Amino acid sequence: MPYLKIQTLTAPPLQPASLTMERRECVTIQGPSGSGKSLFLRAIADLDPNQGTVQLDGKDRNDFTAPKWREQVGYLAAEPGWWLETARPHFKNPVEVPLAKLHLDKDILDRPLLHLSTGERQRLALLRAMEPEPSVLLLDEPTAALDPESTQAVEHLIRSFMERGGAILLVSHDAEQSARLADKSYRMEKGQLHTVGGSS
Amino acid sequence: MTDYIQLGYLDLLPAALLVIFNAGLSILMQLGLLRVLAVSVIRMVIQLSLIGLILTWLFDSANPVFILGIALVMLLLAGREAWARQDKKFSGIWGYGIGTGAMLMAASLATAVGLGSAIRPDPWYMPQYAIPMLGMILGNCLTGISLGLDTLTATALRERQAIESRLALGQPRLIALSGVTRQAMRTGMMPIINSMAATGIISLPGMMTGQILAGVEPMQAIQYQMLIMFLIFGGTGLGVITAVGLGILRLTDQRHRLRLDRLQ
Repeated sequence: MPYLKIQTLTAPPLQPASLTMERRECVTIQGPSGSGKSLFLRAIADLDPNQGTVQLDGKDRNDFTAPKWREQVGYLAAEPGWWLETARPHFKNPVEVPLAKLHLDKDILDRPLLHLSTGERQRLALLRAMEPEPSVLLLDEPTAALDPESTQAVEHLIRSFMERGGAILLVSHDAEQSARLADKSYRMEKGQLHTVGGSS
Repeated sequence: MTDYIQLGYLDLLPAALLVIFNAGLSILMQLGLLRVLAVSVIRMVIQLSLIGLILTWLFDSANPVFILGIALVMLLLAGREAWARQDKKFSGIWGYGIGTGAMLMAASLATAVGLGSAIRPDPWYMPQYAIPMLGMILGNCLTGISLGLDTLTATALRERQAIESRLALGQPRLIALSGVTRQAMRTGMMPIINSMAATGIISLPGMMTGQILAGVEPMQAIQYQMLIMFLIFGGTGLGVITAVGLGILRLTDQRHRLRLDRLQ
């Protein structure tokens, strides 16, 4: 039985799409801007009205309350939002956030978010999304604003997340990144999801 | 109510001459105001004359069905006004329904409390009390509710990324929107809170001034004013909380999604 099973998931203007993922697997989706990649991730996280079946470990999404579902299937937007002045209160347990793994200083949690770079905020948002220890992470361009070293650190963190049993669905513009991480890859074109073929 | 100085239309002439004097100045200084000024003055005179006729007729024919009918018309018009004042409206019936529903509940409750507990007119529907009181409460409710709803939708649109990040992290909708809710409710209640604080020092309320002009003792007039202020604040607060609360529910759904698509 697949870990995450998506069957004919539709959210206009997306065409019905199906996809399965195993534990410790990374699936990537590539495709031009505006093709519906982000909408697809949002539909899985149930952030937009949608039809279709989504199951996690054999349990139907409708058997979860929406907040419980999103704790299990975390979604990180390409431009994550913040609602307080500094990063610290956005975390449940700020002391245990593995900042160093993403080359971030300890004091970053107390600096005004407005003064941080896009890349710093993006890495903090990834750590925030990982904090509730979700089973699946839906990541939308998590390294778009990062330099090569930080990108490498993020990929390392993603790998260790998978080693702990998690599954990752990654939207990436970067074909090389997709080749490095993906067990399976897909392409989104005009709202239609196509298989690209397996590897590794 | 006989110890006030009665006015005739002729007594208004000297005061009206002030307006004509101003109009002359406006021509002289080329302010380009003559047309609007003329329209405004004429509108004011006609509208007041009409409402005078209506109120006279209403006071003579005190009938609970009439009074309730007039109250309902006032409510519906206030709801229309609250709707029109919003920049980003809920689409469909909700745009009108949320504000009007909240106002109907809050303003009638406040008016009922005022009539039933303090003034206790006999019969209860004496239009001299019921209609002006409802009018004052409604006017303030309307401002508060339209400000509150306007803030709610504008803030939700502006803070969309933050709200959706909170939802994506598994926060329930009421938590994810708590900042927006607080801001909308505060904005809706601020004007009446400010006006309570200024009353008596910076502003003398029109109703109180009117009563004093009509010969009511100042200590009586201030008690009426306090009553009205309490009712206005009670009604506005309740109305704002209800409208913003309903707005939050309409702006989200059972699956804890932010539904900005429900705005026009």
